[in-house]
Amino acid sequence: MLQTSAVLRGESLEVWRGERCLFEGLDFELASGGLAVVVGPNGAGKTTLLRTLAGLAPPTAGRATWGGTDVRSLSPDARGQIAYRGHLDALKRELTVVENLEFYRALAPRAAPLEPLLDELALAHVADVRARYLSAGQRRRTGLAALRLAGAKLWLLDEPTTNLDAAGRQLLADWVRRHLDEGGLAVIATHQPDLFAGRPAVVIEL
Amino acid sequence: MKLPRWFHQLGSPPYVYRLAERLSPWLGWSGCLLIAVGALWGLFGAPPDFRQGEVYRIIYIHPQTSYVGMMAYVVMAVAGAVGFIWRIKLAHAVAVSAAPIGASFVLCSLITGAIWGRPTWGTYWEWGDPRIMSQTLLLFLFLGYLALRASFEDRDKADRVSAILAVVGVVNIPIIHYSVEWWNSLHQGPSITRLDEPAIHASMLVPFLIMVAGFTFFFYWLLLNRLQGEIVERERDARWVQELVSGGRP
Amino acid sequence: MGAFRAIVLRDLRVAFRRWSEVANPFVFFAVVVALFPLSLSPSAPELRSIGVGVVWIAALLSSLLALDGLFRNDAEDGSLEQLLLSPVPFGVTVLAKIAAHWLVSVLPLVLLVPLSALSFRLPASGLPTLAFALLLATPSLSVLLALGAALTVSLKRGGAIIGLLILPLAAPLLIFGTRATDFALHGEPVAGPLYLLAAMAAAAVSLGPPAVAAALKVGLE
Repeated sequence: MLQTSAVLRGESLEVWRGERCLFEGLDFELASGGLAVVVGPNGAGKTTLLRTLAGLAPPTAGRATWGGTDVRSLSPDARGQIAYRGHLDALKRELTVVENLEFYRALAPRAAPLEPLLDELALAHVADVRARYLSAGQRRRTGLAALRLAGAKLWLLDEPTTNLDAAGRQLLADWVRRHLDEGGLAVIATHQPDLFAGRPAVVIEL
Repeated sequence: MKLPRWFHQLGSPPYVYRLAERLSPWLGWSGCLLIAVGALWGLFGAPPDFRQGEVYRIIYIHPQTSYVGMMAYVVMAVAGAVGFIWRIKLAHAVAVSAAPIGASFVLCSLITGAIWGRPTWGTYWEWGDPRIMSQTLLLFLFLGYLALRASFEDRDKADRVSAILAVVGVVNIPIIHYSVEWWNSLHQGPSITRLDEPAIHASMLVPFLIMVAGFTFFFYWLLLNRLQGEIVERERDARWVQELVSGGRP
Repeated sequence: MGAFRAIVLRDLRVAFRRWSEVANPFVFFAVVVALFPLSLSPSAPELRSIGVGVVWIAALLSSLLALDGLFRNDAEDGSLEQLLLSPVPFGVTVLAKIAAHWLVSVLPLVLLVPLSALSFRLPASGLPTLAFALLLATPSLSVLLALGAALTVSLKRGGAIIGLLILPLAAPLLIFGTRATDFALHGEPVAGPLYLLAAMAAAAVSLGPPAVAAALKVGLE
């Protein structure tokens, strides 16, 4: 069960990139079971917003909080409740799929078992292949496996459908739905908001 | 943590800009005056040294340049740390302004040291002298700081990354200094004359101290001037800078 | 502790699968050492007088070449971000990565340097001290290298200035390390410089990782 403290909040967020203001006065609140979809043209600041919510980059003004605490000063435990997946798959090319995923399992305190996940993602046959020999789509699937493994409450996904085939996109949409049903939260930057339709979502347009 | 009001005022660019404008003539003129008095007194008033003769008069410029160079590094590191911890952009502006001044003073100290070394040691450059080694390494620390800053396009990142380097450097300076001293004590060549001969006579000491004060004022005058330029550069889009540049007209 | 082990093991595994990259600095070390007799003179007394300094400098320079595996590769493939966001305290992560890098890229120098010192006709009596002084100097060196790598992690071509940032700070290591060996060769007591190296190692390992972690956080923004 998720506690009521699982609330993501943006408070007058403002980010400047050099001389250009990407967004300002951005307020939103996302509680358990909530989905936020971030849309906007390339360069609008979708990635920046997600990185700000993850606590990787500080906003120029305002703040983002998770459970009432600034995301830049979360306790290690609270940080474990947030999973961020960006453009990079965060896989070591020298390691196999299983080695990569086992590593991320070792870092997460409440890690899920690996085997069923590989089957679900159709990665079982490449489990012992080094990441450098995977196709872009397989790498993305492995990255998604790492997301699931972390057992986080809040998913921050930046263009998660990139390089995925139709089946992969559908699987991702199912996962997100199930995650939200179980009380999780998700913020997804995407060019395909329809994929996550059928569920009330906060739409953040940049 | 609650910080006092003056601390916040020191974070306000227009306030600091105007403060610098008010202070800088005082620092500049008193620095020049002290240096003029000290130099004339040192060169013509003070008696020659009984061992080094006239050559010793380098002590009215050389130690001061070394000391200002070292002080500039400390100012840079402290300002960088303040900027990093409290996220005060102005403190970073101070750190950036201090760096080239400090590097120049260290360079001056090496040059004046070489000029003194020629008649005293018979060579411009003596690898065996720990001061030369310390100052050379200090110069490299300044150059590393400047090079690191120059390689970042994003000023905010450059500010914070270089602040970390400056703090690490300032922690290391004493270690470097004492290790070089220790290294020298093993290689002590045929009694090298040192600048810090004990028991300097008062007639030499007074102009020496006047020069120290003069150089300190001079440094802070340079620092404030560079800081003003740095503030205008950083705040060029702010209204008060636009008004300032257009001479008060909107 | 489990996470510390996992990070060290992962980095070791990655390093062994890119062994040619890991080996490059050691080959560089050998080449530099071989060039000194060519540029000076092959006569034994001359080699003996410069030997200690040459092997230390060569070790210092070659260690600058092995830094991509420390943070840069992880930053480029996105895994450093994941490590920063993971529930593992980032200071622990940094320490684990430094430890792995030390094992793979710095520790072998402790074996390699005394061996090459032999070729400079240094008497074997000084070699244990040489190796021990190196061993005591390497933790501080590793932390300095990590700091250089962290400060430049977001730069496209950061490698070029790491030397300028790090080498002046490494001067005390060089001084105490070479002197300890010199003392040993002349039969003088070596404890003094070795204690100082050990003290610096303790200070570097305790104070260094927070600075490295702070630099990485800024770099990853």
